[in-house]
Amino acid sequence: MAENGIGAAVRRKEDFRFITGGGQYTDDINRPRQLYAHILRSPLPHACIRRIDSKAAESVRGVVAVFSGSDMAADGVGGLPCGWGITQKDGSQMAEPVHSPLAQDTVRCIGDQVAVVLAVSRAIARDAAELIEVDYEELPAVTDLVAASQPDAPQVWPNAPGNICFDWEIGDAAAVDKALAGAAHIVEIDVVNTRLIPNAIEPRAAIGDYDAGKDEYTLYTTSQNPHVTRLLMGAYVLNIPEHKLRVVAPDVGGGFGSKIFHYAEEAIVTWASRRVNRPVKWTADRSESFMSDAHGRDHVSHASLALGEDGDFLALRVSTRANLGAYLSTFGPSVPTYLYGTLLAGTYRTPAIYCEVKGMFTHTVPVDAYRGAGRPEASYLLERLVDKAARETGIDKVELRRRNFISPDGFPYQTPVALQYDSGNYHACLDRALEMVDYGNFGARREASAAKGKLRGIGFSTYIEACGLAPSNVAGQLGARAGLYEAATIRVNPTGSVTVLTGSHSHGQGHETTFAQLVTEALGVELNSVEVVHGDTGKIPFGMGTYGSRSLSVGGMAIVNALEKIRTKARKIAAHLLEASEEDVVFENGKLSIAGTDRSLSFGEVALSAYVPHNYPLDVLEPGLEETAFYDPKNFTFPSGCHICEVEVDPETGLVEVVRFVAADDFGRIVNPMIVEGQVQGGVAQGIGQALYEQCVFEPDTGQLLTGSLMDYCLPRADNLPNFEVATSTTLCTHNSLGVKGCGEAGTIGSTPAVINAVIDALSELSVTDLPIPATPERVWRAIQAARAA
Amino acid sequence: MSTVVSFVLNGEQVEAAVESRTLLVEMLRDTLGRTGTHVGCDTSQCGACVVHVDGRSVKSCTMLALQAEGADVRTIEGVALNGKLHPMQEAFREHHGLQCGFCTPGVIMSALDLVRQNPEPDEKQIREWLEGNLCRCTGYQNIVRAVKAGAEAMRRQPPETGGPRGGGGANG
Repeated sequence: MAENGIGAAVRRKEDFRFITGGGQYTDDINRPRQLYAHILRSPLPHACIRRIDSKAAESVRGVVAVFSGSDMAADGVGGLPCGWGITQKDGSQMAEPVHSPLAQDTVRCIGDQVAVVLAVSRAIARDAAELIEVDYEELPAVTDLVAASQPDAPQVWPNAPGNICFDWEIGDAAAVDKALAGAAHIVEIDVVNTRLIPNAIEPRAAIGDYDAGKDEYTLYTTSQNPHVTRLLMGAYVLNIPEHKLRVVAPDVGGGFGSKIFHYAEEAIVTWASRRVNRPVKWTADRSESFMSDAHGRDHVSHASLALGEDGDFLALRVSTRANLGAYLSTFGPSVPTYLYGTLLAGTYRTPAIYCEVKGMFTHTVPVDAYRGAGRPEASYLLERLVDKAARETGIDKVELRRRNFISPDGFPYQTPVALQYDSGNYHACLDRALEMVDYGNFGARREASAAKGKLRGIGFSTYIEACGLAPSNVAGQLGARAGLYEAATIRVNPTGSVTVLTGSHSHGQGHETTFAQLVTEALGVELNSVEVVHGDTGKIPFGMGTYGSRSLSVGGMAIVNALEKIRTKARKIAAHLLEASEEDVVFENGKLSIAGTDRSLSFGEVALSAYVPHNYPLDVLEPGLEETAFYDPKNFTFPSGCHICEVEVDPETGLVEVVRFVAADDFGRIVNPMIVEGQVQGGVAQGIGQALYEQCVFEPDTGQLLTGSLMDYCLPRADNLPNFEVATSTTLCTHNSLGVKGCGEAGTIGSTPAVINAVIDALSELSVTDLPIPATPERVWRAIQAARAA
Repeated sequence: MSTVVSFVLNGEQVEAAVESRTLLVEMLRDTLGRTGTHVGCDTSQCGACVVHVDGRSVKSCTMLALQAEGADVRTIEGVALNGKLHPMQEAFREHHGLQCGFCTPGVIMSALDLVRQNPEPDEKQIREWLEGNLCRCTGYQNIVRAVKAGAEAMRRQPPETGGPRGGGGANG
């Protein structure tokens, strides 16, 4: 292993600029002659726009233009495309309404874009927007899944009767029904997976910059995948060919999924820049983030688990309604289907599984991938259900899980819901977590808490996730409208330093360090001689971006394969220079030597020779040392793990405190353990957020977003969280040469059920068996009061 | 209507005409081009915009630029001097106290004010102090470790030019 190569906890290369204020985020960029855009948004969840009068706004000094939907339509601007189509139970395609960047004649959610003001300052644009008069005819609205399913519910789209976008299924319903009919135990559960608002701390921003001289566009944007944005906006919305559109995603302040998608504001500023022939900048207020960033989760489910006499899982039936919001966000339909239903085997050998999902439209902000995307919903449902099964059958919670785990020698394991797990050892993760938490002494800790007047509970969760999206041919069969490979170029510079051009995008994950470690490992060059470049379609050959914990297992593999090409060519050059045969050249630790001799060249010498090819095999080898690889994964990767949480509940106030949290995860090979640990800590914090603090709430009667600010939506703060104890227990991924699985989402996927199971366990002596998330003090207190009254 | 406001920013005298409603953070970012201070919310909750005014930490979105007249203002850009990182900055790198980096400038500025008031903060005090700084990436664990280590390093080796440098010698 190279000193700073794979496995080293290298300190991050990118940190210097961030800790000195030198990061360059989108809002830090300013273009000459730039205007500021302010977007007028709908204050109503559903209304017809009868008339927009912007004369007063246009007359404000400093306002350059005001545009509305009709202006964009007149220019032939298309709708924001959906990147994933769902085939329904009956073989037909999902309903796919048009999503105009600026509303045409109807608004369908709070925050819908109605008009845009361009002015010479943010303040003037904002003031002028106040002067736009919009004559709305208010229409009935529906925001929650249960209400939207009623026969007389307000309809969001005429071409989606019953508000149903799709009615989808996976698995063998007949086999499941048969197993349910003959089961010794059937355990049923109703769960609501709450809607969340991602809240990356950097609000979204976009700058459109049209160059009339060259007829070229540049979009600077807060994106996790600039090439995908270029493809979607260029091809579907604005009809700009790729060679005329550059998309730059510079430093991005967190994403968590919410910056994957192509948003209306990106199209609006790019289009408007051409209209007024000046750069146009838009930066969201946090209030706008709340009502225009895609939300996450929002499922209502019923599930039945059939068990045999001895607790063996026989079958699982799941029926879910998933809220998609008013419009289809870029990958919205894929989340509650192929990233959810396919994960319902979890870590268990359940032989028959059937899942049906109704994707529903409501008058709410669109829902799409948020950290974990479908997989947290699956693990939440499953792990709540397994805990309930343990309670109802009287089998110990840990033992019931163990009894049903896929055995360590059972891989590859074909689930009944399409996926084939390549590797894992769920017993090992569980054992490690139990050891870390000191399970044997939990009783004593519970007594100690009781002595303080607190109720202590312990909660378990064993999860699986499918990451490393995705084999393109499989994804294509399932409805993906894009490939899901990744691209990388390794450019060895003449003096031996290395530039990595990657299609992955780093917005906190530390790629500039982790990817440089791959280069150090392969070529032996110093870490500080490697520069990782990402986030610019003008520099990077191609890319599909960062989401689904795919950067290392897909993007990293493209880098590794390009590095292998470099190594091969370097050995050819060295063989020529050393007058040896290629087979005899050994490339190790930055040196190319002839085996068994003291003759060697440094990698830098070989690189120089490639660019100054005076003594060079020009008849068989091109000069230069630069290679590109596209890597399409052979399968998903399957990180897994066990999370255990201990809580103390104050029965007088209902306040829940997480007092222990341990995670033992299997991410395959670890390149940088420090970064991996940080990813788990951050993910767990978000999962605890869902379990105890966060929830997006729309007022049922008015459809208003009640949690529209950081004063109403409770993000976890430093004093809400404990320290987490994190460890890994490794089995290697079998289908990529790095053996890596991905770690970005695991914390969020595993933690939420562990926390809520712990709270329920704490209240079990009061016979509380169910609690909604988030388990706020009020809800916990009420549950305690109700239990005591009963 | 514009008014000229002048103050010392990271040791340099600056002066610019701003509207009376301009917030200090807007002046720093938009007028003076110091973009290290960030804006993460509009309700003074997130703390990404924390700077020092006369040695004390202030959310620069809660203060009008005009209120900074004559003050000594320090931003994240003024913490490392002559290319040498402040011990608190070093601690953030060493302990992986940041991921996307967006909240980091505010967190570091806030932490420096904590250490000014309490040179030896324990974990609980750090967590309570940082209640006004939201981070969505780290889960705070490594931020807390970094602040603790940064405070320790500052006690061991008081930075020559670092530490909150109040105009009136608020740092003592």
